[in-house]
Amino acid sequence: MSTAAVELRAISRRFDAVVANDGIDLVLARGTVHAVMGENGAGKSTLMSILFGLVRPDSGEIIVDGEARSFQSPLDAIAAGLGMVHQHFRLFDSMTVAENVVFGAEPTRGGRIDRAAADARVRSLAERYGLDTDPQARVGDLSAGARQRVEILKALHRDARILILDEPTAVLTPSEVTSLFTVIRRAAEGGTTVVLVTHKIQEVLDVSTEVTVLRDGRVSGRFVTADTTSAELVRAMTGREVEVVANPGTGTLGETVLEVEGVSVVDARVERVSNVSLAVRRGEIVGIAGVSGNGQHDLVAAILGTTPVSAGRILLGGDDVTGAPVAARRSAGLAVIPEDRRGEGSAVTMSITENLSLGHHRQPPIGRPKGFGRGWMSLPAARTRASEQISSYDIRTSGEKQPVGSLSGGNAQKVVIARELAFDAPLLIAEQPTQGVDVGAIEAIHGRLLDYRASGRGILLVSHEISELLALADRVLVMFAGEIVAEFDRSQASAERIGAAMAGAAAAAGEEWTA
Amino acid sequence: MSIFEWSFVAAVLTSATPILFAALAGALCAQAGVFNIALEGQMLWGAFAAVAGSYYTGNAWAGVLVAVLSTAIYSVILAVGAARWKADPIIIAIGTNLLSLGLTGFLLRVLFDTSGSFAPQGLNGIGTMPFLNGIPVIGDVFAGQSVLVPLAFVLIVAAGLWLRLTPGGLRLRGVGEHPDAAATLGIGVARYQAWVTILGGGLCGLAGAQLSLGNVTLFTENMTAGRGWIAVAAVILVANKAFWLPVACLGFGAAEALGFRLQGIGAPQQLTDAAPYAITLVVLVIMRVVVTRRRTHALTPKETLV
Repeated sequence: MSTAAVELRAISRRFDAVVANDGIDLVLARGTVHAVMGENGAGKSTLMSILFGLVRPDSGEIIVDGEARSFQSPLDAIAAGLGMVHQHFRLFDSMTVAENVVFGAEPTRGGRIDRAAADARVRSLAERYGLDTDPQARVGDLSAGARQRVEILKALHRDARILILDEPTAVLTPSEVTSLFTVIRRAAEGGTTVVLVTHKIQEVLDVSTEVTVLRDGRVSGRFVTADTTSAELVRAMTGREVEVVANPGTGTLGETVLEVEGVSVVDARVERVSNVSLAVRRGEIVGIAGVSGNGQHDLVAAILGTTPVSAGRILLGGDDVTGAPVAARRSAGLAVIPEDRRGEGSAVTMSITENLSLGHHRQPPIGRPKGFGRGWMSLPAARTRASEQISSYDIRTSGEKQPVGSLSGGNAQKVVIARELAFDAPLLIAEQPTQGVDVGAIEAIHGRLLDYRASGRGILLVSHEISELLALADRVLVMFAGEIVAEFDRSQASAERIGAAMAGAAAAAGEEWTA
Repeated sequence: MSIFEWSFVAAVLTSATPILFAALAGALCAQAGVFNIALEGQMLWGAFAAVAGSYYTGNAWAGVLVAVLSTAIYSVILAVGAARWKADPIIIAIGTNLLSLGLTGFLLRVLFDTSGSFAPQGLNGIGTMPFLNGIPVIGDVFAGQSVLVPLAFVLIVAAGLWLRLTPGGLRLRGVGEHPDAAATLGIGVARYQAWVTILGGGLCGLAGAQLSLGNVTLFTENMTAGRGWIAVAAVILVANKAFWLPVACLGFGAAEALGFRLQGIGAPQQLTDAAPYAITLVVLVIMRVVVTRRRTHALTPKETLV
């Protein structure tokens, strides 16, 4: 009998045109903690979904305990001894811990749930693995860490011998992380195989025994944790060649257009943004780097006014707009290219003309603010303007009436960018402006942003792509766990340094990058 | 004439019972995550089926059985349409509600050659419980009632216990609260939802039977007159707090019984007809406020612990 608990052989999976997994081999040795690392979109989630039976592979083999398996659903995976703790918990808030743990596999006595047996089961599992928990507590009242322990107990109650933890520390406080790692080590010592899916280097070094790094759907590195370094992992994770599209260098800086002073944002009891301060001046592009979900989006929402701040002030062009509605902020000089192009950036069922007119519909030439026909829009003016923008932004379309939802990603993004740049606002927030956009369009969008800066306006650029930040930004701030943990000038910035700070390595190791 | 006496309590229960059955059906569906607004139409069908069954067999209990079974079958339209084929339950429910109204009126003409109301000579209603006479209070309240009146309370208690104590009840609640989580633990979500909807149909059959063979012994077109909607409102407004459900239904019963009394002392009929619905709405809104406030109070201290 081999020592491998699980072997994945040549797993491939496409979603439409995107190859999420491309011939991935993964061997999980019994009783080890195996970290699966990679940036967003590297294919970690798809691979784990395949392993847990949520997604079926196009090709490849899954071998559990030496036996080839074909999982039709998670039930088959559970039966084969797998358990998964999802990043977003799947718990019943109104029920107790014990009810959640035994749900679907309840101990009974005379047709009734044997609560004493359920509690005893939870207690014994909790004791064996060091999972501090109260079986009678209502799950809705528990902290994120305690809920995670319930998820782990659920898997253990079903006798999981292979435990997949998907980004388990994303919602935890540092002390909860420490106790989770104790649990993980204890489980591994007891013979359980733990798969830790993460992009945080420090965690991998702290708790794993082996590491597999994924990049662009393929394995880009296999390491024994004891024999590797954080630098080596960073390189394997972010190692694509960085093509530096020349930023012509800092021009003259003008007045400050955005000031964020000690802003915090709390959402659903979790502090998403902690005491962030930054400023953007005319003539500069300030980049915000960070792995998705470290508070960047919440910060943008706070500046835009779609999320209230719990502390701090936001000033646009010197005016305090904290608490002001979105419209007031926009008229104070703010334009936004949102991250969610289809949900927030555009109205997908509406035409290109209509989308390009949004927000411009009250001002001439489209709107008629006064006189005869007041309150009506001039559709000929909207069409003329739209066809000008279509040609100047090179939007590939069958016509200005085409719904934005049927455009390719790059062309839809050009519509959003054309509309937002047309506001001529002193401050532009560009959130992931080239996400899901093809190479040609990326170049065009980057050119537009640099032109916008050159015309003496300020840009706050949020991106998960280090290469994009290196290409465009004059300064790069790195957000991690809701805080700005590092700041690099253009001259100091490098992919490795930003990448390490993004992964929390700088913060965790106490290294000083900012100098 | 005194307004409060034991016979008044009996009248309250009589009025409340059909709504209790329907609200129980709605609440069980809500627990499983099915928003069932087909109660009105199902209850109306049940009322018709009970009278028809009793008329043809000469036995009221056979009528009740016909009502329960046929309404359960009737509810398969909603159960399978929504749970299995993912159709919009609201649209199906509106359809079946309208269908009931038209179908019962149509069958009234075709089968019994009458319109408006059908109260043939010798139609058997559900018997009362005269053996309770002489027992103080219980006799006063229940002796003149059909067996379905106490049954409604028994079923509510039984349903509450089943939801709390058995694996099936736990799973049903889980299906309603977080279907994805239940599905990943191997629960057939659609199957649970379909069966609870069909069970709800059976309960609406009981509701209709009590209305047409218990409260009275006749069928009139649209005789449910919004009682199913009162049950829907009760289910929504008590926010699935099972304990409050009978309270809401009894509130309606009390309002209706009071209306009859007021009619007896000469209040205008329009007023007394409208009163139960108006009073019920007020009661439900007040209860909602009370329930919500309690829940907030209960949560706040725990939240600060986190």
